[in-house]
Amino acid sequence: MGQQHRNEKIAKIFFLITGLIAVASVLLITFFVFFQGLQPFFPFNKEGRYSFWKFISGLQWKPNDEVAKASYGILYMIVGSLFSTLGAVILAVPIGILTAVYIAELAPRFVVKILQPAVELLSGIPSVLFGVFGLGFIVPIIMKTSPYARGQSLLAVILVLAVMILPIIVSLSVTALQAVPHAYREGSYALGASKIHTIFHLVIPAARSGLLAGIVLGTGRGIGETMAVMMVAGNSGGGIPTSLWQQIRPLTVNIAMEMGYSSGLHQEMLFATAVILFLFIFGINLILTKITAKLGDVDVKF
Amino acid sequence: MDKFIVESMNFYYGDFHALKNINMKLAGNRITAFIGPSGCGKSTFLKTLNRMNDLVEGSRVEGTILLDGDDIYREMDLIDLRTKVGMVFQKPNPFPMSIYDNIAYGPRVHGIKKKAELDALVETSLRQAAIWEEVKDDLKKSALSLSGGQQQRLCIARALATKPEVLLMDEPTSALDPISTLKIEDLILELKQEYTILIVTHNMQQAARVSDYTAFFLLGDVVEYGDTETLFSTPANKKTEDYITGRFG
Repeated sequence: MGQQHRNEKIAKIFFLITGLIAVASVLLITFFVFFQGLQPFFPFNKEGRYSFWKFISGLQWKPNDEVAKASYGILYMIVGSLFSTLGAVILAVPIGILTAVYIAELAPRFVVKILQPAVELLSGIPSVLFGVFGLGFIVPIIMKTSPYARGQSLLAVILVLAVMILPIIVSLSVTALQAVPHAYREGSYALGASKIHTIFHLVIPAARSGLLAGIVLGTGRGIGETMAVMMVAGNSGGGIPTSLWQQIRPLTVNIAMEMGYSSGLHQEMLFATAVILFLFIFGINLILTKITAKLGDVDVKF
Repeated sequence: MDKFIVESMNFYYGDFHALKNINMKLAGNRITAFIGPSGCGKSTFLKTLNRMNDLVEGSRVEGTILLDGDDIYREMDLIDLRTKVGMVFQKPNPFPMSIYDNIAYGPRVHGIKKKAELDALVETSLRQAAIWEEVKDDLKKSALSLSGGQQQRLCIARALATKPEVLLMDEPTSALDPISTLKIEDLILELKQEYTILIVTHNMQQAARVSDYTAFFLLGDVVEYGDTETLFSTPANKKTEDYITGRFG
């Protein structure tokens, strides 16, 4: 009896430790990023001070060892990240949800058997391959029609990201649609409604929390994506994009490209970029938690 | 007046012969109850009358079912059929939307968009289903916040909103408490004035209380069909007697 009790206790402590590893990692990363990234905005920073306002509103990124000659503005990157993610979401959401409707509600079984694994496979492809595909296929096509010499552009980023977030939106939407009770559909058919009417007026509204969760998760993926985007964005040194043909430099790319060789204030400014990215991801996760919390009592709050 | 005439109807789920050579005439503006043990085919029979069984893969119907003289499987449009023949399910299944939108769902399916017209339909339907007084002040509230008994009356109101002539009820009170059950039974008797009501029930007292005619199903056959009072007091068939006296089922 005593032995068993002790084993029970040891097991509990063991599980507690494993659980704490995740929490500790998050705290550690957060602390590290914020500590490094906020330093340049405080006076008496030993690597030199940089104005937060210039950082957040600046339209040019030009690192220089001499602090006075450098500019570390990231507003155009924030805009680039937001535009590219927004564009990808606008493209992928209707396609994704309609694909999900087809899989969950309309497609004959043998089509589902091909379609669903294909979508799942798409989500398993490493992002570097999406980048390669973008560079080798999408960029040359854009180059032919673009007024600029290079095909790397906001449009290329949007297209690559859209393909990347599509499987997330599809698979979460399929789950959400399948979770809608069959009794609702029966009730609708019994009132003389057609299948399509039922899908658009009853099933989709009933599944909307789940659909929204898929959209938000896709947005998070889009804003955080680095590798694929780096290859097709063009990674401009400054300027807010005013057309789809222009090059952009998303926040993630800025960090990934320069962190390897940077030092001093330059490196700290990259951490500061990470802080901003972190805040975006944090915000998206907050929205997601709100939505999924609502998902639980979807039956009551309508 | 016979509302439905069912002639040599057979029904299959794949290889399973669920209904065997059914011949029945169902009277208009009357309540007909279908009783029998689980799996006897009574619910399946009910669902052939508005073709809800079409949704079941591998199902097949033979024979004819006439509604006011029209063959519902060959001559009638599915949407017309389901407009004429409404249905209430075993478990209340209000849609996850407001009370108002639940009732307006059917009319909207049939193209009614004017607010005044919908408002009027919602009110009459809820009154007919004897739930208006309870919900009139919060029509915008979610239908899912109602109690089980209220939800079922809401579903009845929803079925009435498309102005059907027949109401199919598949064990409408089996998920409800006794008080809610009584309310629904009173409502059913009330609705008889204007509608033909066909009700599947597990509860023999309920069949005896509300119905004018009763059909006893067993293993896909209609064993006995007739006047409710006669069937319950002097059943013609030994199996009917055994069932209603509780010897099996």
